[in-house]
Order: sequence, then C-alpha cells, then structure tokens
Amino acid sequence: MSTTWDTVSEGMEIPSLAKKCNTQQLVHWAAASGDFYQIHYDHNFAEATGLENIIVHGALKHAFLGQLLHDWIGNEGSIKKVGCSYRGMDFPDQDIQCKGIVTRKYEENGEKLVDLEIWTENPDGQRTSPGVATVQLP
Amino acid sequence: MVKQDSLITEEMQATIGVESEPWTLEIDKTSVRMFARSVGYTDPVFYDEEEAKKAGYQNLPAPAGYLGTPIFNPTRASEARGSRPNPEPSRPLKRMLNGGTDVEYMGQICAGDILTATNHVSSIEERQGRLGEMLITTSKTVYKNETGETVAIVTGTGIRY
Repeated sequence: MSTTWDTVSEGMEIPSLAKKCNTQQLVHWAAASGDFYQIHYDHNFAEATGLENIIVHGALKHAFLGQLLHDWIGNEGSIKKVGCSYRGMDFPDQDIQCKGIVTRKYEENGEKLVDLEIWTENPDGQRTSPGVATVQLP
Repeated sequence: MVKQDSLITEEMQATIGVESEPWTLEIDKTSVRMFARSVGYTDPVFYDEEEAKKAGYQNLPAPAGYLGTPIFNPTRASEARGSRPNPEPSRPLKRMLNGGTDVEYMGQICAGDILTATNHVSSIEERQGRLGEMLITTSKTVYKNETGETVAIVTGTGIRY
C-alpha cells in the first residue's frame, strides 16, 4: 500500500480523505491533544465568545492533513513537513474534505522527496486550512 | 483616522527570542492510540505493536502532529510547558484563535520516547482584520529526544482579538 516516488508526477492529485466530526470526536481530540479550550465542546461558551457554534480544533484539521499524507505514503515513506493555516472555521457534523496535489518532485541529499499543496475544504468548497507538505518516498 | 497606540508593549517586545525553560513530554502506547483514534487513523501500526515493528518502527509511531503529552503534576505546575510571564497587550484582547501549525520532522518519534521541548516567541505583529484588531504571535518549539537529537520543530501562530 505504499506509494513509491517513481509513480508520482507533478500535478497529480492524491486520494482525498473525507472527515465529518461529531462533538464526541472533538472531545476525544481534546483529551488526546490536551487542548481543552471550551469553544470546541461547550456550546454556551462558544456562543458567549461570539461564535455561532462549536468549532472544530484547528490542530485537528492539521492532524487530518497528516492522516491524508500517511494514508497516501504508507509506512515506507515519511512526512518531513506538514503545515497549514486556519483560514476558516469548520463545524461539527459537517463534511471536511482533505485534499492534496503534488507540486514538486525532486531529490535532495540522497532523499526522494515530493512537495504538496494540501488543504481541507468545507461543504461550500472553501479551503479552510490551506497548507504545504513535504514527504520522503521510497 | 485616529492613530492608536500599538497593542505591542515594550515588555512584549522583550519576550521575542527569549528561550523558555525546558519541559518534558512523554510518548506512550496509550497516548499514541488515543491520538490516532481521535483523528480517525485506521492503519494498525498506530494501535498494534507487532504491526508497528513489522513496518519497521521501534514501537507505535507518533501520528503527525503528536509530539507527546506534557507531564502533569499539580505540585509542580509552575514548571509545566515552558511557563514564563506572558505580558498583556496595551489594550485587553479577550478572545483567541489558533492561526496555524507547521511541523517539521528531523527524526522519528515512537511510543517510549521522552522529549524535551523549549520554545520562544519569534514574532509579534498587529493587524486589522475581519475580527477587528488582532495580535498575531508566532512561536517556535524545538523537540529533542533522549539522545539529544532534534526530532521536530513546530511553528505555531496564535491570534488574539
């Protein structure tokens, strides 16, 4: 199930990853990550800070993008860099599509590398967490 | 337009580049499984030691973004997470949002590892945005394993508004 460098080409889209978190998953994430900010699980608290609803943790969307890469490269490759900025809010029980496109394929210091543009997309097609990644492939 | 004073005080400027005290984070099998489960990973390497070893890892690998859990001890709370004075801006800002996360890996992190982290504020900027007056703080955290090897650097952006 591992992707090899030879099979990758610039411009290719990697298999997308579909997510939809319920509030229970956000509580799981709060415990696993140690981020207990109440805007992510306490509706009254979220409203009192001016939000319309509970929002999905930014770092969880970053972790989704990490899974997107892992599921694509398998265990023979590795993630060198994964980053994104949080440009738009995502809400519980809403589709979050995680996607990526290969932007550059190259060798550096004897490693076979691939750069990607990655992002999460909300149901309106807006990129709520755009970012970039570098992975090393066998 | 009335020119307002900067939100960024001299005291805040003085924190830029100042390295925190180190803090310790543990990676263990339970915490790796919890993290992987909360994200929704289905690859057994994150849950089953045998599978992880078969795939070439020392133990359950830490999923991307998981850099350990800081040791909690209520009697030593002041040592947690590189704590240090966090000066307030010149006008109060009540709310905060995470602006972004960049993780760069230099080494592998697996269950059983104990990491030491230090961090510093690398920049503080102010901006007028859709949320009004915003303060954008970028910080860098360096994670080293027990052999002293730097395994990851995380750049985080925090927004206060």
